[in-house]
Amino acid sequence: MIDLTPTVMAPALPRAARRSLFSRLLRNPVGLGTMIFLALLVLSAIFAPLLAPHDPNSSSIQDVLGGPSDGHPLGFDSSGRDVFSRLIFAGRFSLAGAALALVIALVIGVTGGLIAGYYGKWFDSVSSWLTGLLMALPGIVVLLAARSVLGPSMWLSMMIFGVLLSPAFFRLVYASVTAVRNELYVDAARVAGLGDSRIIGKHILTVVRAPVIIQSAMVLGIAIAIQAGLDFLGLGDQSIPTWGTMLNDGFRQIYKEPMLILWPSVVIALTCVALTLLANTMRDELERSGKAKRRRRPPLRPADVNKTAAVFHAEDLSSSGRTGEVLLDVRDLAIGYDQADGTVKTVVHDVSLIVRRGEVHGLIGESGSGKTQTAWSILRLLPEGGRVTGGAIFFEGKDLALASEKEMTKIRGKKIAYIPQEPMSNLDSAFTIGSQLVEPMRVCLGISKKEATQRALKLLARVGIPNPERTFAAYPHEVSGGMAQRVLIAGAVSCDPDLLIADEPTTALDVTVQAEVLDLLRELQRELNMGVVLVTHNFGVVADLCDRVSVMRDGRVIETGPVRAIFNEAKHPYTQSLLAAILEDGEARGDLDEGNSARAAAAALKNPSISDTIGAQS
Amino acid sequence: MFRFILRRLLSGVVLLFLISTIAFSLLYVGGGDIARRILGQMATPETVVQKTEELGLNRPLYEQYFSWLTGAVQGDLGSSWFTGQLVTEGITSRLAVTLSLVIGAIILIAIIAVVLGVWAAIRGGWADKIVQAISILGFAIPGFLIALGLVTLFALNLKWFKPTGYTAFTDSPSGWAASVTLPIIALAIGGIAGVAQQVRGSVVDALRQDYVRTLRSRGLSFNRVVFKHVLRNAGGPALAVLAVQFVGLLGGAVIVEQIFAIPGLGQVSVQATTQGDIPMVMGLVVATAMIVVIVNLLIDLLQGWLNPKVRLS
Repeated sequence: MIDLTPTVMAPALPRAARRSLFSRLLRNPVGLGTMIFLALLVLSAIFAPLLAPHDPNSSSIQDVLGGPSDGHPLGFDSSGRDVFSRLIFAGRFSLAGAALALVIALVIGVTGGLIAGYYGKWFDSVSSWLTGLLMALPGIVVLLAARSVLGPSMWLSMMIFGVLLSPAFFRLVYASVTAVRNELYVDAARVAGLGDSRIIGKHILTVVRAPVIIQSAMVLGIAIAIQAGLDFLGLGDQSIPTWGTMLNDGFRQIYKEPMLILWPSVVIALTCVALTLLANTMRDELERSGKAKRRRRPPLRPADVNKTAAVFHAEDLSSSGRTGEVLLDVRDLAIGYDQADGTVKTVVHDVSLIVRRGEVHGLIGESGSGKTQTAWSILRLLPEGGRVTGGAIFFEGKDLALASEKEMTKIRGKKIAYIPQEPMSNLDSAFTIGSQLVEPMRVCLGISKKEATQRALKLLARVGIPNPERTFAAYPHEVSGGMAQRVLIAGAVSCDPDLLIADEPTTALDVTVQAEVLDLLRELQRELNMGVVLVTHNFGVVADLCDRVSVMRDGRVIETGPVRAIFNEAKHPYTQSLLAAILEDGEARGDLDEGNSARAAAAALKNPSISDTIGAQS
Repeated sequence: MFRFILRRLLSGVVLLFLISTIAFSLLYVGGGDIARRILGQMATPETVVQKTEELGLNRPLYEQYFSWLTGAVQGDLGSSWFTGQLVTEGITSRLAVTLSLVIGAIILIAIIAVVLGVWAAIRGGWADKIVQAISILGFAIPGFLIALGLVTLFALNLKWFKPTGYTAFTDSPSGWAASVTLPIIALAIGGIAGVAQQVRGSVVDALRQDYVRTLRSRGLSFNRVVFKHVLRNAGGPALAVLAVQFVGLLGGAVIVEQIFAIPGLGQVSVQATTQGDIPMVMGLVVATAMIVVIVNLLIDLLQGWLNPKVRLS
């Protein structure tokens, strides 16, 4: 029963955003409506003696179950009491009872959470045990047990329910406090000599205030519901009018006077819905203000994007791999993301690149330059909201930008394959490595499970996994990152693709493993004569593996050409600065002028300290 | 896997022990003059003393608890102070009825919540908004009000079902089905709201995982990836919420059974509570805690089966 499923974890907010929460709620139609309703409810409860036309407890035998009449708009109940007056007075007791539960829960939960979060870790296990204990029994069973020894006091049961609800606040406050406890400004306050109680009051309470208010609205609704439930069961104090006792009376007369049960039901339902809606609206408003704040940040894009025109180097016919037929021909590709306000934000502009069979084409650039977006768009696997907004992606004479999802499913894996960047997150931890290799092969190649298993074991051996059977049966978390990346490479080439899209395939790996994986990629590429699009931010990888390279920046290709040409005579100032950045750190400067720059750069990059030069620059 | 089960079992036993200790001390200390309450105001002081000794209430609390515990371990929870019925018998005879309601509701919740949650997560837009609205309403409106609404509409006005009463499955399967339909729906609606919301959230999260893209890049269709991989990964958090719902349903059943006049544990609890029948209340607390512990263990096992990584923690 103590189920607070829509847990409220509003982000910590700056002061200004919080101060305006109330005024923003007033401007939100749902927020305004629920607040007016709840305010009227509270006012009618407070001024019940003035508003109610009759004494809620005075009964008259001749009016039992009497219908509406002058001065008695809702008629009489089974004891001949005025229903309207009882409804108003019941609000007093029902709301006060719920408020009592809330206060108890707040006092225990918030103080407990503050102390536990601020002072120590030992509290952690104790509190999780206590929470487990409180969650192990339905609230109503505990309340029934308590009632069997304590008697039918609403106040006592609401106090006990308050205790049962306190974990809702405890967890919230505890989480928030542990999050801010080590923030710099709290440290600064401590250094400045503020006492613990001042720090808690000044810095920490302000952080948890908004989420606690939201949670309070939820808890009030739950308390009203459970209290009505108890009274409805006839276990409450029959001498005071509550919405629950009215329900109980109405339910007993449901055949004779079905309207009796309607009024308390409507009031309870409206109150609970209003409280939940108010909590939801508050949370939405808080989240919105958080987002608005983020959006106000200036765009990261520098202004000088297009100052220098893109550079295209001539074909180098002597280079290897220049002879194969054109596999992939991307022309003027543009990629955009749909924004919440209906506009489309373009992140990749006019990208063109050609990949021939047997050729490795490097896409290099800083993070955020659009290289990964370009790679994903070739597979048509852009994240939600992203799509190709212009240009064409020709593959085997077909424009993939226009292909249907069904056609793309047939092409993926079999014709175009993909090696991701981060090995661990790209394997499904719920399935064995073997099943993740076998499943696509059975779908793409239409082979039997046995055949696919054989093939998978061979592939695992081919990519250099020492004990293929064991790895086949293992779950992803049981192998190392380097092994996982080999598994992903095996998966990518498992259906004999013509084109391989490799998205920073070595970035997440240890330096020693990087070289091995690059060697493996080169071998496989030659063996299967694949075309490769290699996304990287590392010129060493480019020098090592690529035939051609395109340098990307801010969603555009700024320079493209054979690797040798780029290394020898980079024309674009950005490419020059990238190369210069590598060479400043490198040791083997002398070779550069000899025209063998590619190999020199590769040699320089064997030094791990500069392998991330570009990444560090951004 | 074996150690995983053992550890969970052990913590369940500890939890049961703690709950029974706390419940026993609160119930027996807070009870006041129990013999007087049983015998009524007219009884002579001598008979009260005699009754107190007969029930063993004059012994120190730890002694009483120890004898209760030794009995409980052997499956003897004592007998009712008012009817003399064995507590275990009073509970087991009603347990099946309540469990059939709660399990029926859980199955209904699981099916509908998964369908709604996946639909909202994948379609987004208006489908998402509808499911969110249903969730808020289902969460906010107390379950017993929904039950009352169902009775009024389907039993009293439309007369599709009998408003109250229970038919045992062994007497008439169709009669049983008719008598539990409304109670199960009434119990399930609140749960559907909560679980659908969770399913939606965890499917949205799972869809954003990297392996979804990688599996699709191998030529698996979107639907295949969703139904095989995403659902399995989203299942964990959804199961956790389902376990919480189960505890809630046990509580909700108390009230729903009262509305539909179904002879389950709820009826026993209300009766024992009003009378102050402490051994019965104690037995109910222990039985409920035991069900919760068993359900949590089952859910843990399911979690371990769904995602092998869980077995490590």
